[in-house]
Amino acid sequence: MRFAALIAVVLTGAALIFSTLDMPDWGDPASPASVHVSPRYLEQTIAETATPNAVTSVLADYRGYDTLGETTVIFTAAIVCIMLLRKRNDD
Amino acid sequence: MISHFEDVIVQTVTRLVTPFVQLFALYVIAHGHYSPGGGFQGGCILGASFILMAVANDVPFLKKRLPEKLNTMLISTGVLVYAGIGTLCLMLGANFIDYGILHRILPVGAVKARALATLGVEIGVGITVMSVMVSIFLNLLTGGRHESAD
Repeated sequence: MRFAALIAVVLTGAALIFSTLDMPDWGDPASPASVHVSPRYLEQTIAETATPNAVTSVLADYRGYDTLGETTVIFTAAIVCIMLLRKRNDD
Repeated sequence: MISHFEDVIVQTVTRLVTPFVQLFALYVIAHGHYSPGGGFQGGCILGASFILMAVANDVPFLKKRLPEKLNTMLISTGVLVYAGIGTLCLMLGANFIDYGILHRILPVGAVKARALATLGVEIGVGITVMSVMVSIFLNLLTGGRHESAD
């Protein structure tokens, strides 16, 4: 059983490593991620959002839904911590 | 569980340093448009300043200055600010989180309204991150028994 698990892990790892060979090079300007919407974010950030820091304009404006989700995630983390850990006074 | 710790040097330095840490945290939040920073980073620094107060003194010292009820309400207030700004755009007739429409209620143009709304949501994120840091720290530190902390 353990041997079968080892084979499954090795095969999955090999498939993952093999698939990374098709990924674009690090920082490749012709990679799909760099030619789709990124140039517009970098070039139009001041004209469209009046925010010189492109990281902030992407984080809070262009990708506002994502950041709202992130905020909800940490909100949920705190609520779960309170629910699991907080004891009542009379317990 | 928690041994009371008292050191006059640590307490004095904490008292001196805390206002500057908090001021820097507000700077990081407010200056996120022009330099690295923003709600998450500034909120973390703000939460760290409160955690420093709890570590250098004790838990009741912090809870006297930042009551647990207020802190728990601030957790949801930040998310409410963010979602509220998004819903405000919705009510003015644009898409959710499409800040450009806010120029109707702000005395600036559509582009500048986006920058102001970005600042607004960063403040909301900062409030939530700060309170979440303090809340999780206190609950993990005392095992959920704040009252019997010392």
